[in-house]
Amino acid sequence: MIYKIWMSIVKEFLLLKRDLGGLVILFIMPLVLVITVTLIQDSTFKAVSENKIQILLVDNDKGSVSKTVFDNLEKSQLFTVVTQIDGKPITEEVARENVYKGKFQLAIVIPKNLSTDLQAKIDQNVENIVSKMGFSDTIAKPETSKIIQQKEVKLYFDPAVQLSFKSSVMSSIDKMISQIETKSIYTTFQNQLGEENTKFEQKSFITFKEIIPKVNNKEVLPNSVQHNVPAWTLFAIFFIVIPLSINIVKEKSQGTFVRLLTNPVSNLVVIIGKTVTYSAICMIQFYMMVAVAIFLFPHIGLPSLNVEGHLFLMSVVALFSGFAAIGFGILLGTIASTQEQSAPFGATSVIILAAIGGVWVPVFAMPKIMQLIAKSSPMNWALEAFYDVLLRNVSFLEIIPKISLLFLFFIITTCIALFYDKKKRTV
Amino acid sequence: MYSLNDVSLDINQGEIFGLLGPNGAGKTTLISMLCGLIKPSSGHFTIDGLNYAGHSSKIKKIIGVVPQEYALYPTLTARENLHYFGSMYGLKGSELKDKVIETLDLLGLLKFADKRIETFSGGMKRRVNLIAGILHNPKVLFLDEPTVGVDVQSKNAIIDYLKLLNQNGTTIIYTSHHLAEAEDFCTTIAILDQGKIYAQGTPSGLIASTEKARNLEDVFISLTGKDLRDDI
Repeated sequence: MIYKIWMSIVKEFLLLKRDLGGLVILFIMPLVLVITVTLIQDSTFKAVSENKIQILLVDNDKGSVSKTVFDNLEKSQLFTVVTQIDGKPITEEVARENVYKGKFQLAIVIPKNLSTDLQAKIDQNVENIVSKMGFSDTIAKPETSKIIQQKEVKLYFDPAVQLSFKSSVMSSIDKMISQIETKSIYTTFQNQLGEENTKFEQKSFITFKEIIPKVNNKEVLPNSVQHNVPAWTLFAIFFIVIPLSINIVKEKSQGTFVRLLTNPVSNLVVIIGKTVTYSAICMIQFYMMVAVAIFLFPHIGLPSLNVEGHLFLMSVVALFSGFAAIGFGILLGTIASTQEQSAPFGATSVIILAAIGGVWVPVFAMPKIMQLIAKSSPMNWALEAFYDVLLRNVSFLEIIPKISLLFLFFIITTCIALFYDKKKRTV
Repeated sequence: MYSLNDVSLDINQGEIFGLLGPNGAGKTTLISMLCGLIKPSSGHFTIDGLNYAGHSSKIKKIIGVVPQEYALYPTLTARENLHYFGSMYGLKGSELKDKVIETLDLLGLLKFADKRIETFSGGMKRRVNLIAGILHNPKVLFLDEPTVGVDVQSKNAIIDYLKLLNQNGTTIIYTSHHLAEAEDFCTTIAILDQGKIYAQGTPSGLIASTEKARNLEDVFISLTGKDLRDDI
């Protein structure tokens, strides 16, 4: 049996060696994919963090609040504030038109009298509190009867702007406005109490700090490459479904599969032969992509992939991911009757599996139902196992459940393929 | 739907048994069952006293199969194909290499041994297709239209080689549409139509027992009629 398996492996390698197009798909395309996607994602990240985004500010307030908003936006390093177009101050109408046409991504409209009304509102509130505390005689009575309307800072977004960008900008502005309000409240208290010489601590009492995981007492800050390379490597590994399913469909259409069925050789030998060959291909793909990420990326302006201490476990995850992909390829090749069925279905299903698995959008950001579906995707098990190893620094024991699931997927898909084939051959 | 119905056959060791019939008669289905490719929904058969239910592997070791299509890897050379299929019968080392060389030589293909199958003509492919089924010296050889679509020279080479195999003890079961070829080649013939055996006997016996028949074609037409058998 070992000899038959060996001869099957030799045959599979010869078939692959003679198929130049297949080799390009197997080795060159994944490299092109991982380089292209990482470059694009890295440059997008740089564009957002290094290139300032121009935003329109319509200042109807002309007071301290709008000045603070302007100063804070300028200081944020993210935005360049535009207050005039063609030498004229921007009106709300002009801002809306420019943003909705996509010329600018965002416009902020500060309402009239925001500074004075905010101050008046705070004065009212502070006076009420101070009065209740029994200090009313010492302080001049405010105009308590005046009703101050709530103010609204309007934001206009380019409809093409992504939701994630919108929500992050909105939360920054919300934070900025809250800080201005808090500062105003402190200052008013200070004035009302006549404590000009007493300085309130106006800095936030509660701050936050990201605690970065340490490996060998060294902080390891994940970069875009640490996220991208495992994800796209996995994507490429799963693309083995296409050549493998085509290989099986070809065996059926050429008649070699029929000949093998009449030979004293079990299906197991044929499947082991294919599994060993295509697993080797997966591992070569994996090491090529890791090598490119380590050695080539720094030369094209990308951070290098840091695999220090992780390469063995990453290899284990890559191998089991390959098994899952091979199982799927065997099933697809067995069910499909033609290459026209197997190739497009294989490609589309890998893209769907990648989307479900969290290659593009993290699973935690998906709707609940999609999160549940993601948990049943082999691509998700593999991706999480890669992240566990590379970013969460876990041990072999901790990845056993995920790689076991990947292996189980291989066993189940292969058994379904064998069962389907047996059923089909009963007359 | 039944492809075969009430088929009963005895094929003796050393025979060249021809299964003849129009398109859709059930020849390929019968051969596929005998080769273990498809499982019959009812009925049974034995080969050398063995059945597939309990002795699949043993049967597969003693039979050889030459399918109708060129069941070869087009991008591999003739030698690579034959080494692979030979190894699946358990042949290895010098035994396998020598057998491949010997058979390629016998069928006039040795000088093309290291050329890819995709570069071969139809006749050359048919000959390699045959070799892939006989490398292990099978006791019983199944051939499904082994000479279809080949030139006269290749056809003669194939038939001559099959006769040689038969002289060395291989029982041959073969299907064909070439009635003249079958008449000359087969020791026993069964005429199959609509899944049933219509007649069985030696070619000369069948001709003699059919009124006004001068050859096997007359017997065939007499039993299966002149209607076209196109079916989709």
